[in-house]
Amino acid sequence: MARIFAYIEHQAGVADDSAPELAAAARQIDPVASPTALVTGWGPDVDRVCETLRTSFGEIWKVAHEALAYPNAELVRKALVSVLPHGSVVLVPHDHFGVDLGPGLSIKLNSAYVPDVLAIEKVEGSWLTAVRQEFGGQVSAHVRCDSSSGAVINIRPGAFTPLEGASAAAQVVDKSSEIGALTARRRYLETIAAEAGDVDITKHQVLVSIGRGIQEKDNVAIAQDLADALDAAVSCSRPVVDAKWLPKSRQVGSSGQTVKPKVYMACGISGSFQHLAGIKGNPFIVAINKNPKAPIFQVADVGIVDDILEFLPELTERIRQVSGGKASAARATR
Amino acid sequence: MEILVCTKRVPDTSENEIQLNSAGNDIERDDLVYSINEPDNYAVEEALQIVAKVGGRVTVATVGGEDDEEILRREMAMGTQQGVLISDEAFAGSDGKGIATILKAFVERNHYDLILTGVQADDGAAQVGGMLAALLDYPFASLVNSIEVVGSSKLKISREIQGGNREINEIDLPCVLSIQTGINEPRYVGMKGIRQVASVEIPTFGVSELGIDPASVAAGAAKVKRTDYFVPALGKGAEMLEAGRPANIDKLIELLKAEGGLN
Repeated sequence: MARIFAYIEHQAGVADDSAPELAAAARQIDPVASPTALVTGWGPDVDRVCETLRTSFGEIWKVAHEALAYPNAELVRKALVSVLPHGSVVLVPHDHFGVDLGPGLSIKLNSAYVPDVLAIEKVEGSWLTAVRQEFGGQVSAHVRCDSSSGAVINIRPGAFTPLEGASAAAQVVDKSSEIGALTARRRYLETIAAEAGDVDITKHQVLVSIGRGIQEKDNVAIAQDLADALDAAVSCSRPVVDAKWLPKSRQVGSSGQTVKPKVYMACGISGSFQHLAGIKGNPFIVAINKNPKAPIFQVADVGIVDDILEFLPELTERIRQVSGGKASAARATR
Repeated sequence: MEILVCTKRVPDTSENEIQLNSAGNDIERDDLVYSINEPDNYAVEEALQIVAKVGGRVTVATVGGEDDEEILRREMAMGTQQGVLISDEAFAGSDGKGIATILKAFVERNHYDLILTGVQADDGAAQVGGMLAALLDYPFASLVNSIEVVGSSKLKISREIQGGNREINEIDLPCVLSIQTGINEPRYVGMKGIRQVASVEIPTFGVSELGIDPASVAAGAAKVKRTDYFVPALGKGAEMLEAGRPANIDKLIELLKAEGGLN
């Protein structure tokens, strides 16, 4: 098997959660591999990150350059192409940075590209068999990849469980002198923080979360009624924000808020991995969806196949009956 | 500004229950509702809005077969100046790099200042735009959720990153951008609009028109091949309530009380 590298995302001197997951993925490709961590950046943060990786990787390659202070995928790609040996297998987290880097990196390395991998099932010589999902997670697929001239494999965050135990302290190898001039035709300017919303969904114990199944803006009131009866807040998945039915601050997911409620009611939400990535703390998940194949049923605790536009009003009505005047009193104070 | 939007016709996952066929080598495609890949539709709308501001033309293209003309006409009904079908039996079995190689050949025969794709399609790969940019040696940005034209040679764009934050970049033209859903509100297309473009000629480009070496694309060149589809064994899976709506509601209320969702 070829040498395996893992691209380490980091911020403020701390490696991202994906780093040990990539180490675990490398072991699935080659059980005796001691993968090499690739750390690009600038300043003392880079050395701090390298130090923390020494017991989970076989070697750490540090690539420090002022132009890499912010991880601009175009510049990171140029740096990696300069230092990586021919035929390398490169693991990258499949997130907002990985989708920027992976496809172009595979072209410049003239290697295969396998995006959003959930598992590595088999390795036969230079042929890897990986598991992916298609059609919004409704079906999975086996994908065979010829890695004889190398491969860039983007790994889904959270799909691989970090391995227990630490290995001997690896050495840090400074590769900074091997990269040439770094000029970009795409230049990072600034990061604008998400706007705070009218309701802070991260502070609520119970969330009534709606997806595409709510169908139109006027129907959001159906979910709000249920939320009022449960003393909960209404959150949502991406299509509801895309359609401008709720503000971005209500979106749960990797590109929205991360929530840790006690109870999460997923109503008309299919359950894409980007959405599920925003649900932490192992809440009790209720899924209501009219599509019995919706992936949300794989992760929910309780599932009901029904049309939320009919089910939710009946549920709200019943809750009002059983909780008597309490819920309506709470509503009156709003 | 000359803008090319690369699109794909896909089964609409919000309208379909995706099932495997009996051989397990494909999904059951009979009776599926197809539509334009949703992010691609946002990309077309964005292109139209840019052209409305700064002038130019929008061409919408797809790599596929005759059935895919349907989405080209739909997007032409939104107001694009041209639809182009890139089609040849010799393209069959292309992987992501193969599709990007075909599109590169098309781009090199024309001139585009800006090339847009949707952020990802039905296979969730999010790969062709980034590959096309690298093959053309153009700059690239993924997950773009706003575009502002700055002068004649560059754009100011925002990318959607974690937590709803936005990463602002300046990018030189020509470039390739993959467009995230929600960037705009795509205009409505009625039957009347589609009828109006029903007879507009859609040129087809194949291997000979594009000067592509068939060995550089299609199944023979593909380093990545899907071997089968499967439905994974459910983890623990949800406990399904199947006793009818009134009984389901009572059971759910009981569970919500037990789990702290209802006091």
